[in-house]
Amino acid sequence: MVDTAVPLTAPADSTRSTNRPERKRKVRRLTGRDKLTVAFMVVVPSIVVLGLIWLPAIASVVLSFTRWNGIGTLQGSDFIGGENYVNVTTIYPPFWPAIQHNLIWLAVMFFVATPIGMFLAVLLDKEMRGGRIYQTALFLPVVLSLALIGFIWQLIFSRDQGLLNAVTGSQIDWFGDQKYNLWAALVATTWRQVGYIMLLYLAGLKAVDASLREAAAIDGATEGQAFFRVVLPVLRPINIIVLVVTFIESLRAFDLVWIINKGRNGLELISTLVTQNVVGEASRIGFGSALATFMLVISSIFIALYLRVVMKGDER
Amino acid sequence: MSRPQSESTPGLIAPPLTTASLTSTFTTSSMSRRSLFKGALGAAALVGLPGFLAACGSGSSSSGAGATGQGATGAVSYGSNQSDAVPKKSIADMVTAYQQQSGGVTVSVNTIDHNSFQENINNYLQGNPDDVYTWFSGYRMRFFADKGLAGDISGVWDGISGMGDALKTASTSTDGKQYFVPATTYPWAVFYRPSVFKAKGYQVPKTMDDFYKLTAQMKTDKLIPLAFADKDGWPAMGTFDQLNLRINGYDFHVSLMAGKENWADQKVKKVFDAWRKLLEVSQPDSLGRTWQESAQSVQKNDAAMLVQGMFMAQQFTKGADQEDLDFFGFPEIDSNIGTDAIEAPIDGNMMAARPKNEAGAKNFLAYLATPAAQQLLVSADPSVIATNTNADTSGYTALQKKAVDFIGAAKNISQFLDRDTRPDFASTVMIPALQTFITTPSDVDGLVNSIQNQAKTIFVS
Repeated sequence: MVDTAVPLTAPADSTRSTNRPERKRKVRRLTGRDKLTVAFMVVVPSIVVLGLIWLPAIASVVLSFTRWNGIGTLQGSDFIGGENYVNVTTIYPPFWPAIQHNLIWLAVMFFVATPIGMFLAVLLDKEMRGGRIYQTALFLPVVLSLALIGFIWQLIFSRDQGLLNAVTGSQIDWFGDQKYNLWAALVATTWRQVGYIMLLYLAGLKAVDASLREAAAIDGATEGQAFFRVVLPVLRPINIIVLVVTFIESLRAFDLVWIINKGRNGLELISTLVTQNVVGEASRIGFGSALATFMLVISSIFIALYLRVVMKGDER
Repeated sequence: MSRPQSESTPGLIAPPLTTASLTSTFTTSSMSRRSLFKGALGAAALVGLPGFLAACGSGSSSSGAGATGQGATGAVSYGSNQSDAVPKKSIADMVTAYQQQSGGVTVSVNTIDHNSFQENINNYLQGNPDDVYTWFSGYRMRFFADKGLAGDISGVWDGISGMGDALKTASTSTDGKQYFVPATTYPWAVFYRPSVFKAKGYQVPKTMDDFYKLTAQMKTDKLIPLAFADKDGWPAMGTFDQLNLRINGYDFHVSLMAGKENWADQKVKKVFDAWRKLLEVSQPDSLGRTWQESAQSVQKNDAAMLVQGMFMAQQFTKGADQEDLDFFGFPEIDSNIGTDAIEAPIDGNMMAARPKNEAGAKNFLAYLATPAAQQLLVSADPSVIATNTNADTSGYTALQKKAVDFIGAAKNISQFLDRDTRPDFASTVMIPALQTFITTPSDVDGLVNSIQNQAKTIFVS
């Protein structure tokens, strides 16, 4: 969202500076209408970005220094400095597990879901018989909302009435036991994420020039070498998209655990803690905002890293 | 998944009852249980005899009464959280019945999904609320009344009959005015199948010693003694309340919930210690099980007992299956404390702070307090009972009749942990804390210190 503002202003600047001397005559002065259009194109997105992103973000940070319960005006609330932050990090038991779970979530999306999705895409790209059926089957979960996926997996993982325990005869409390529930939830998420990644790679693979592979084969590359040394580098734009999707999906992970047990008992994520504190009958908006600020900072780190990688790539 | 229509709030948030409303005592004297019930039903307890007499005095319906509700006309909007099919229909029936005799007031029902209603109540009340809306008694009512988000309906109460002082207290906020009209209530207790008890020759336990002898026998009979579920976070609060009421008594419960006691106190540790022993006879893996699933394990005779609200009857098929469900009060732990404090949350209705049709809203609220209106509600859901003592109980199931007696015989009635304390404390501190206890019951000291540290930062505003 941040980058939407950039392209709009940047081109205007660059044309003016590089073309100034020789073409000055040819460029007609902007008419009033043109100016209006340009102004409109600059001002509207700016207002949108400011109003919908920066103001709420800053407001959250400000609120995190108060003890506001969401009722009445802000004037009535106490300004308590960094107390919320101290409380979050010292006496709020779910906080550190939540940070840990978010990182595990990211790692699993990145190191498990993405490779599996990539692998399935390569298999399906081989034009095997019934490929479309597999493709549809694997992509199907992506069409479902995560809330629905939560319900589906409850039917499988329920301790007393679930499919898994009924079939295997085990007595494992998949969604209730802290030893298992995060991993059970990750299986459900991966189930969906894999289809998404697969489709992205499949689209990319279809677009790879067949002659590249032929050339690699003629040069004596094995299938693996051809994929990792030739095809994958060609897929660079897709890789970046997948990277972004993975980051976004991990940071906004929420729906599934919320459906399972409202993000408690081993399924704490920062997003669920924010919701528990901010949404509801009588809310700890200040405290929840402090949690949200932590989330903002963590997201910003990943976004900054990501932007650096992308920008650097474009310069090359 | 769905939680009982009448149940607290599980998930996110829920407020509670405050002290004053609950603190009252009632001396049993020589009155019969039945007559006692007439005055004391539901809420806390009787403060004085006059109210009791008044309650018994009139059998007439009070519809149309209420100082400012008389002669009202126009449209009234009613925000209802009764989103399930059956109660939704009973609300519709009730509204139809009201309109036939309202003399010009029409009601449009705005049904909102139960959970969404609760989670959005804050914005709802500050935005553009319906003239009349469904809500809960006690602290949960008081919280919004104190913030100026509810309408004063003291005038309506002047015309209400059939509801004793106990109910009035539970409908009164800190400023001494009424903001709530009770509709239905239901008890929390230990539920079981009489047929199983009969077949195995079990006796209903009176004390905790009896209880543990019974559970030992159940174990040898290959029954899970006590079903247990806490996936949604709130059902375990009921067990905590029962133990706390039996070990420390009603007054301690009230002041603990009000943040006036130290959670790290020896008294609270005793509750958790007793609970640890109870966990040994409870169904394992409770954190992956919903209350519906635990109720079904009793329904399927896998488990013998369950500490739950009467709404668990919803998991039993109407008819023979539901008739084979009974309950007893939680056994005595300390003979000095006894067993005359019970838990029975009240659901009902409130008025917006600035209703568009105030006279109409009050007229409608007065009707909602009548036996006729409450009977329509109760007939749809046999897991609750009417709060108006003039309601006709002849159509009640055996379970409902027992609930009437049970509540009537109680000296003190608590509402439920998340209705008796601050909502933010109940949902953000107590739910995770109780789940932590269930996972690692050994570290009580660490647990109560953690609760106390968090309570200190919440009970300041």
